[in-house]
Amino acid sequence: MTTRRLTGATIALALLAGASLPGLALRQTPVAVESLVSRAEVGRSGGQLVIIQRTEPRTLNPVFAIDSPSKDVVSRTMADLIHVNRDTQEPEPALARSWTVSPDGRRFRLLLRRGLRFSDGDAFDADDVVFSFQVYLDEKVAAPLRDQLVVGGQPITVRRVDQYTIDVDLAEPYAAAERLFDSVAILPRHLLEKPYTEGRLAQAWALGTPPENLAGLGPFRFREHVPGQRVVLERNPFYWKRDRAGTPLPYLDRLIFLFVPTEDAQAVRFQAAEADVTTRLSATNFDVLLKAQRTLNVELVDRGPGLDYTFLFFNQNDPTDKGRPELARKQAWFRQLPFRQAVSLALDREGIVRLVYRGRATPLWGHVPPGNVLWVNRSLPKPGRSVERARQLLRAAGFSWKTDGALVDSAGQPVEFTVVTNTGNTERFQIATIIQDDLKQLGIRVSVVTLELRALLDRLTTTYDYEACVLGLGGGDGDPNSEMGVWLSSGGTHLWHLGQRQPATVWEAEVDTLMRQQIAARDVRLRKRLYDRVQELVAQNLPIIPLASPHVLVGATRGLGNFRPTVFDHHALWNVDELFWRGGPAGARR
Amino acid sequence: MNATPRMPRGRVLLGLLGLVYLSTIVAGFIAPVDPATQNRDFPFAPPTRLHFVDAERGVYLRPFVYRLTPDAGTFGEYAEDRSRIYPVRFLVRGAPYRVIGLFASDLHLFGTDSPSGLFLMGSDSFGRDQFSRFLHGGQISLFAGLLGAALSLGVGVVLGGLAGFYGTWIDQAIMRTAEIFLAVPWFYLLFAVRMALPLEMPPAQAFLMVLAVIGLAGWSRPALLVRGVVLSAKQRDYVVAARGLGATDAHLLRRHVLPQVMGIALTQAALLAPQYTLAEVTLSFFGLGVSEPVPSWGNMLATLQRYDVLSSYWWMFVPGIALILVFLLYYSLADVFHQRAAAF
Repeated sequence: MTTRRLTGATIALALLAGASLPGLALRQTPVAVESLVSRAEVGRSGGQLVIIQRTEPRTLNPVFAIDSPSKDVVSRTMADLIHVNRDTQEPEPALARSWTVSPDGRRFRLLLRRGLRFSDGDAFDADDVVFSFQVYLDEKVAAPLRDQLVVGGQPITVRRVDQYTIDVDLAEPYAAAERLFDSVAILPRHLLEKPYTEGRLAQAWALGTPPENLAGLGPFRFREHVPGQRVVLERNPFYWKRDRAGTPLPYLDRLIFLFVPTEDAQAVRFQAAEADVTTRLSATNFDVLLKAQRTLNVELVDRGPGLDYTFLFFNQNDPTDKGRPELARKQAWFRQLPFRQAVSLALDREGIVRLVYRGRATPLWGHVPPGNVLWVNRSLPKPGRSVERARQLLRAAGFSWKTDGALVDSAGQPVEFTVVTNTGNTERFQIATIIQDDLKQLGIRVSVVTLELRALLDRLTTTYDYEACVLGLGGGDGDPNSEMGVWLSSGGTHLWHLGQRQPATVWEAEVDTLMRQQIAARDVRLRKRLYDRVQELVAQNLPIIPLASPHVLVGATRGLGNFRPTVFDHHALWNVDELFWRGGPAGARR
Repeated sequence: MNATPRMPRGRVLLGLLGLVYLSTIVAGFIAPVDPATQNRDFPFAPPTRLHFVDAERGVYLRPFVYRLTPDAGTFGEYAEDRSRIYPVRFLVRGAPYRVIGLFASDLHLFGTDSPSGLFLMGSDSFGRDQFSRFLHGGQISLFAGLLGAALSLGVGVVLGGLAGFYGTWIDQAIMRTAEIFLAVPWFYLLFAVRMALPLEMPPAQAFLMVLAVIGLAGWSRPALLVRGVVLSAKQRDYVVAARGLGATDAHLLRRHVLPQVMGIALTQAALLAPQYTLAEVTLSFFGLGVSEPVPSWGNMLATLQRYDVLSSYWWMFVPGIALILVFLLYYSLADVFHQRAAAF
């Protein structure tokens, strides 16, 4: 049996949680708390942090939180068994203080921390873990996380061994299986079992739920929701981490999520010092703030390319019942590799980076952005823009040009299509406009249409009523497993051609095999080689035409200790339990 | 006595408006470049300065420009390279264009050989010439106003005239319908209509259809006014007398009623044209009007929704200032027409 344990973290056995907090009715005899000691800089307690958030969370229920506003809030109140460190990308002990893996890679034994309490003071043990996985895996609950917990076509099984030990069995070995547990919030059985058995789980823990009915194991707990304005979280006095000096974490007393709907309004309110942290700055607003930085008391961080990638893709879906002959005719072009190659060659990626992102992005020729340092295939070719070469490809594929320069296919039909993208994303709209101008040089007439995001997703995933689309994917974990849905031919986000029963092309069949091999391989180097090949196949066959990967741009008020934004999700908030205000009471703002 | 000095004011206003419209009609000639051409090395270039004096070479009668060079490591910041001058040339050959879709030409009023181009009103985020886009955009925005006004007035005058002149059930039917149309919130109607149109429709066609709809939906107010005027006109003593002397309906309409309607119609036209221009601007501002790369004042102003543009590049406001001026001209003209009609 091999043991994985975080080297620097020591387990502190001491201190009775809750013993010094009068007025709380504790139902079980206090047990010594096995705290986790943070290695971060020792800070000072107090103060609050105001964070800009795009919209209200849709729910406070971790089982159903899939949109990023909900996840950003809920993740601060919840904890997982094994957590992927957003800085190092390594799995680290969290609620599980250690774990072992069986030699065949199919059984995990997790030892839980003892003496931990939920934020309402109730004790935590293996029953809560078993209950949580029961909920996530229940098909009737339809938890979005369920897919993540299905390995080799079988849901994982979670069994209680004793009060602080659980066994997890997988149907087949799974690469980086520890990552399965990341972000799977452990639920309080004492609060959620009733709604679950009564089939009301989806309604439990809405925004209007009284704070005393909510509890988690995260650094903060829910305190207040002012509709349309803010959500306030307060410090969880039972949190299980402390710093090297023995001070319990988190340092901050309160987190306030301020709802500001547009990127521009976010920049304005950040500039007006109404908030301390903004995590999704656009390159243009970053520039504006940078120019004003001298007069502002803020720190602006360009973390370089993130995990997001923006791309163009064509509709190669099978015709639906309401098949449109016009679309079918155009799909004959979209399915031709030389056509997609020609489009890719004609696009000015450098121009996109310069004009749309003001240089704060990286041009892409493969789907893994350079921000994903562990997995990017650096040997992919990066062919420069060449309209002439694009014309040669089109000519060889039977296309020709009319006297006025318009491109026509072998049947003499003009090559025209519409690129859709979502409203409210000026960057994607600008990219579409650049594509329109670039393809004009090939004689292709492109119209650009913006649609409200939900209407767009409906067309992409349900009606297939579109021709081409500019979209972005990414975020989350850098591990290839998080992209299974995109690259498997049967995947739910295999956007350009959904609902395939059999791989439609030879190369998609090869990608299927490679992705399945890498998920079962336990040697990281082998996984990298397999995923490198996937990247090669995607770059050669261009089901999506990668364009650029924007940098992660973050701003914070000066004096925020342990502020180390990452390119991975939760950017500036991943270590919110370690954040503190420097400079004593004056720095402990507001 | 009062009417006499008003006439020149009306003519001046009409002349100015005519000039504005004419400059957009011949936009292809006045604009130095094609409005869709992207000069990607020069995003957000400020208006190019025209010079007459060069420190080393002396004074020139013909204006000249210096080449712009982007400041390394910055975005949208430029310096003038004074090592060489580029004179502004007049009547030069350039990008081909068409005037009102009929006459093809490539002759432009002015141009320059400067590699960085000549941006009289600066450039936008793609390095497109704002001045050329402004003129071509005016074609869409200003003529949208005229077309919409003509449509709703045409329908309004005919239906209002019929209702007022013939009365009875015709009047009832038309007026009740007009009231229904009056209650329609036109702004949301615009959105609904644009949303109902298919994606694949060419932008210009979709735009014309939307305009036709708002033009037709807006007929009720002029119809109500015209009905009132006709109703009062046909009851005047001299009209009743003319009818008694055997004048036909056609004669009465031509000789006595229509001249009175004319004043109302012109006032309404001067009020409706800017209103429908604004409708186009609003639609395009929200991305529902003409789409890229075709310019309109609305989609040019739409970039001001971005905080960085709003706070950094003042020349992007030019279409908004032009709108204010055109509206002032129209409303002053409406005032003149109104006073003339009242005097009649």
